[in-house]
Amino acid sequence: MMVHPADSTLPGALADATERALAEAEIRLPRDVLAALERAAAVERDEIARSELATILENIALAEERQVPICQDTGVPVVYLTLPPDIPFTPSIFEGVREGVRRATARIPLRPNVVDPITRRNTGDNTGVGMPAVHVTPGDRLTVTVLPKGAGSENASRIGMLLPSQASGIPRFVAETMLIAGGRPCPPVILGVGIGGTFDTVAALAKEALLLPVDTMDDYEQEICDAVNALGIGPMGLGGDTTALSVKVKRADCHTASLPVAVNVQCWACRRATVEVRR
Amino acid sequence: MINLTTPLGDEVLDLRAGDRVTLSGTIYTARDEAHLRMMEEGIPFAPEGAVVYHCGPVVQEGRLVVAGPTTSARMNALTGFLIDAGVRALIGKGGMGPEVVEQLRGRAVYLALTGGCAALAAARMRLCGVYFEDLGMAEAVWVIEADHLPLTVGIDAHGGDLFRAVREKAKTQFHQRFNSKQDSVS
Repeated sequence: MMVHPADSTLPGALADATERALAEAEIRLPRDVLAALERAAAVERDEIARSELATILENIALAEERQVPICQDTGVPVVYLTLPPDIPFTPSIFEGVREGVRRATARIPLRPNVVDPITRRNTGDNTGVGMPAVHVTPGDRLTVTVLPKGAGSENASRIGMLLPSQASGIPRFVAETMLIAGGRPCPPVILGVGIGGTFDTVAALAKEALLLPVDTMDDYEQEICDAVNALGIGPMGLGGDTTALSVKVKRADCHTASLPVAVNVQCWACRRATVEVRR
Repeated sequence: MINLTTPLGDEVLDLRAGDRVTLSGTIYTARDEAHLRMMEEGIPFAPEGAVVYHCGPVVQEGRLVVAGPTTSARMNALTGFLIDAGVRALIGKGGMGPEVVEQLRGRAVYLALTGGCAALAAARMRLCGVYFEDLGMAEAVWVIEADHLPLTVGIDAHGGDLFRAVREKAKTQFHQRFNSKQDSVS
């Protein structure tokens, strides 16, 4: 999607783009995710699971028809920006994104989910200290990608600092993550898996993996996905063939003595959208 | 399909895990903060035969925009007092712990609503009121009139627990597949 900003200042353009991207992500499920759900519904053998998948597909259609969010947990805003070389990397960039989040919260509307971690006081507009989470990388174009993240699936996510000799145990670690999670993260899930890097970057890799299209998997991803589906947890933990729609892996090199692995669990509502700002 | 209407009574004792039902009538939303507040200050609605819905909806200008279920297991340790007070059904997603299965025994049921299906749920609901509004949109107790909400009996009043059966099968599958010590990471 492209947007010609009504407000031509840089923060204004970013606010417009962020608001547009959030509206798109919250209301309309990406087509690759929808197609994966439809494929799962076509082959699922369990009766309760088939009914759960049918309800999910009906809900997706209804949200689009009524122009309301797919899920009441509209998540916390996770934002990825690409900045072309001629755009200065300044604090106003972050202010633009924050303003977009505030507007989206009031207009779509989104549930205010951002609170102080200890007092639990709600900020009211989905912004706060470190929120939205904004990740910036260089690029050819100015783009805003949003990945609003719900808590049910985020809470089931896990990091393991494995031993270098345990590389063959990675599929086990991922499957174990879903064994512990059961129905809590709203399966069928998409699993973003980070392998390598450091304690902090491996989690970022796992989340970035959720931005990848879910309709293709390499052999390794397919092997992990099959291991997860063999658990039979099924949609909503009620049993069935469909526990994971897809597994996506991102890697980085790591210390010779380390093997960090992170699993970022994503519910079936893998909401993401990208808006390019035309200048 | 069994159609239930609030206030609920002994008819919930006839339900079995896996049954498909619909529910109509008044339901009350409650999440973590509302449970804590009710334990401190008392239940603001008549609990006998009542239905508690684990949900933090999106509300705009007195209108329910979307309202799907939240993860019920967060309320595992906060639920007993509601069942003791006469609540007959909990609605949520993901199932609940063994302590709740015991608390429900002979008294109440847990009904599963498809997680994430917030537009569909709201299409069958009308907002009627609110308690504890100071807790904020997600945590307040919203009073909702439901019309044929489609549900699956997840935990019945006889210890039948669909989620536990699935979890146990998953555990067996897991240990069959990953039995080698070499692969063990935890």
